[in-house]
Order: sequence, then C-alpha cells, then structure tokens
Amino acid sequence: MNKGKRTTPSERCPAISFKVNGETRIVKAPPMKRLLDVLREDLHLTGTKEGCGEGECGSCSVRMNGELVNSCLVPVLQVEGADIQTVEGLTLHGELHPLQKAFLEHGGAQCGICTPGMLMAAAQLLEQNPHPGIVQIREALAGNLCRCTGFIRIFEAVAAAIASDDGRPATGPNTEQTRHAQEQTHHAR
Amino acid sequence: MRGNAATHDLVAPGELGAVLELLAAEPGVWTPIAGGTELMVAFAAGRLTAPKLVNLWGIPDLRTIQVTPQSVAIGAAATFLDLRRHAVIASDFPLLAKAASWIGSVANQGRATLGGNLVNGSPAADSSPALLAYDAEIEFISVRGRRRVPYSEFHTAYKCNGLAPDELLYAIHLPRRFAHHKQYLRKVGTRRAMAIAKVALGATALVENGAIREIRLGAASLAPFPMRLLQTEAALLGQTVTPDTIQSARRALLAEMKPIDDIRSTAEYRKRVAANLLDEFLLQLRHEGSQP
Repeated sequence: MNKGKRTTPSERCPAISFKVNGETRIVKAPPMKRLLDVLREDLHLTGTKEGCGEGECGSCSVRMNGELVNSCLVPVLQVEGADIQTVEGLTLHGELHPLQKAFLEHGGAQCGICTPGMLMAAAQLLEQNPHPGIVQIREALAGNLCRCTGFIRIFEAVAAAIASDDGRPATGPNTEQTRHAQEQTHHAR
Repeated sequence: MRGNAATHDLVAPGELGAVLELLAAEPGVWTPIAGGTELMVAFAAGRLTAPKLVNLWGIPDLRTIQVTPQSVAIGAAATFLDLRRHAVIASDFPLLAKAASWIGSVANQGRATLGGNLVNGSPAADSSPALLAYDAEIEFISVRGRRRVPYSEFHTAYKCNGLAPDELLYAIHLPRRFAHHKQYLRKVGTRRAMAIAKVALGATALVENGAIREIRLGAASLAPFPMRLLQTEAALLGQTVTPDTIQSARRALLAEMKPIDDIRSTAEYRKRVAANLLDEFLLQLRHEGSQP
C-alpha cells in the first residue's frame, strides 16, 4: 500500500457500507476510525456514549450482527456489510422499548452516560434469553459500569421489563434467589 | 495522547490466502487484527506503534471449530463466546469453557479471540492455564505451509513467541482424552468480573492404582509468560498423593515459579496463593481420585 510515494494512511478513506438500525449507510472514513466515532461524528447518532475508550465500561455498547460489542474497540473497516443496532434503534414506531420504559419507571438512569450501553446489553440478554434470572442479568451487565444510580435499580429495571413484557413475575432483587446471587457475585463490582 | 485514525492504515484483503500473500510480500510490516480488544485499546490511548494493520475479522477459515472423535481444532479467530456456546468444548474441555467465561464482559467475549489471547502473550492470559493442562498444540500457517508446535513451547519470553514474521496462528488443537482426568482451574483476581489474574492454575491428572499416572499443570502470572510447571509435575508423577508428596510438590512449585511484584500483586502473595491452589487441587485428587 502507498508504495513509491510518501503518503500517510490518512489519504485512504474507503467508502464503507453497512446497515445502522435497518438503514444502509455509506461513510468515507479512515479504516481505523472507531465505529463509536463514526456513529457520533459521521452519522450524528450521539445516543452511543464514550466512557473509558478501552472496553472496560460498556457505555459505547452497540449490537453488531446480533452480538454485543464495545463500539470503541471496532475499527470501522470491520463493519463493512454488517448490521449495527444502536440505542436509537431500540424504539419501534416511535414507541419506547419495554426496557427503556422500565429504566424510566424504576430509576435505572441518573446522569445517563451509561444508560444507552446498559440498554443495549440488556437488549442483547433478552434476545438470547427471554427469561433470565438475576444471575444472568448481573452477568450480562457485568461489563457496563454506572457511577451514579448504582446497579440495583438497573437490575430492577431489567427484571421489570421482563415482567412487563410477558406478564410473568420477574425475579426481583428481594427474592431468595437474588440474595444468593448477590453473595455469589458481589465481587463483580 | 489520543490515537489518530489518520496515522494508521488497515486493509482487508479478504480471504485467508490473500492475507498470507500480503504477510509473505512484506514480512513484519503488517500487524494482524481480529477482535481488536487489545490493539484498539492501545490505539485509542495513542500507544499503538504498528502503522499498518491487516484484518482477520470475518475470515471463516479462521473461526471454525472442527470436531473429530480424536480432537478438536479451534480456529485462531474463534471468539470466547464461540467457545462458551460450543457443546463439545463444554463437554470435553470444561476448563476452557470456564476460562472463556472469565474474559472481560459479554461484549469482550464476542470479539476477543483465542488466538489473539495467545499471540498477545500476556503472562496473565486467561485461556493459557487450561490450554497447558489440556496439552494443546498450536498450528501456524503461511504461504510456506503449516506447522505445529506444543503450546507449552509457544511463548519464549515476555510477550515473545515462536511465530515467524510471515506466519499467522491458524488453529489450536486439543486432544479429546481427558474424560477420566481430574480437572481443575482457578483464578485469583481482585474481583469476579473484568479482572486480570493475580495467579491462575489449571490442572489435569489421571490416577491409576492409587498413583498419579499423568499430570499437567499450567499457570498464569507466575512467570514472564504462561508456563507449564514441569518440575512440579515431575515431583508428582508416579507418586501417591500423600501429605509428603504434597509438600514436595509445593517445594518444587516454589522453586520453579518466577513471580514478580507489579501493579496487580506481589511476588510473595503470588507464591502463597499458587501453593494454596496446588494444595487445593491435590487434596481434591487425593479425596476424589481422578474422576472429573
């Protein structure tokens, strides 16, 4: 590449085509540009937040071909042809997703920086396992850090969304199973 | 200083053969990138020195898990979620499935690859103790062909390995012969999720007629690279597990490990914890025999 003349790689901005929330988008960007930055700067989808920028906090979580990823760790060239879902794609026909409603009702959000990532990680969990218990909820959200509201309200919100979605009682944080799970996973934080 | 996408190039030649051609044409120039859970962190922090990267993500040949009656061949770019979801990994190599569950978070597990964990060469690599305990072999590929080496000989020094500049890690081979072995894997870290190991020990052993007929011990964070504990194994091979043999194994372990003080722990703590993990495994072996 770039043999024979002194060029910087920045001169190469290939057109990269992928779907975002069901719509085909084409961006011209340096291939190492982070998906996070492409979403926010090129596509103006600012729902996805940057927290740590190193895959530890989960604020930038999006779904890529049905899997949860930290968009700060994905070079945009790797999303060529991929299907990306961001928090903006959770709503359906202008209606909030049950998870979004539950986060509002149960105080699952405070400053809001972690919330889009929490929602995407929770949405990923429900896609894989529509009836998770508290252990599964905690594991699924273990890569998403919150520094204000704490985790209990977030876990409650996810459990409530499950309950609201199928009418079954959720495994709430006050059950025997929850106490056991808390003992098992209290080091997780 | 933040990383700048304009100062790095990334190309996606597509098929595996095209990647190998590129590596052969300019050996050492191109840095392979798969899930990016290491390299993109370095990139964002402005620490990525490699100016030219070649994409391995999405190459099917590198992500397949092939099962035969004798062995399992895991493509180097199989993710830790792929491993966690695979029925034969769960049934035959539960230590590897367990190690896969320790890698970062769900989002990390869906991107981080087994090959990347090995090539990155962290002394604390989560997958390494299990692979050492399972006697893994690793396979390299280049335009010159393929070759295999025991995983226990892959790491040669801190963050150094036996890959030639034109080679890729192609697959990790595990023999399916541990059904009757006692299997053990434990990691000690600061917390349960998202933590890097202070110490980890993986082990498999077969006991016949009261004596240890086979044993493999693999450790993380006890040396500059993940290491098989050959001296400790030698102290145990052919022995009956008694308080005396446990003591001599403990001495061998302390003699062959080379732990350091670093940001995560101290050498002294690592010695004590490693010896306790070995004790725990050997006591299980003594009381339960080698049925897993």
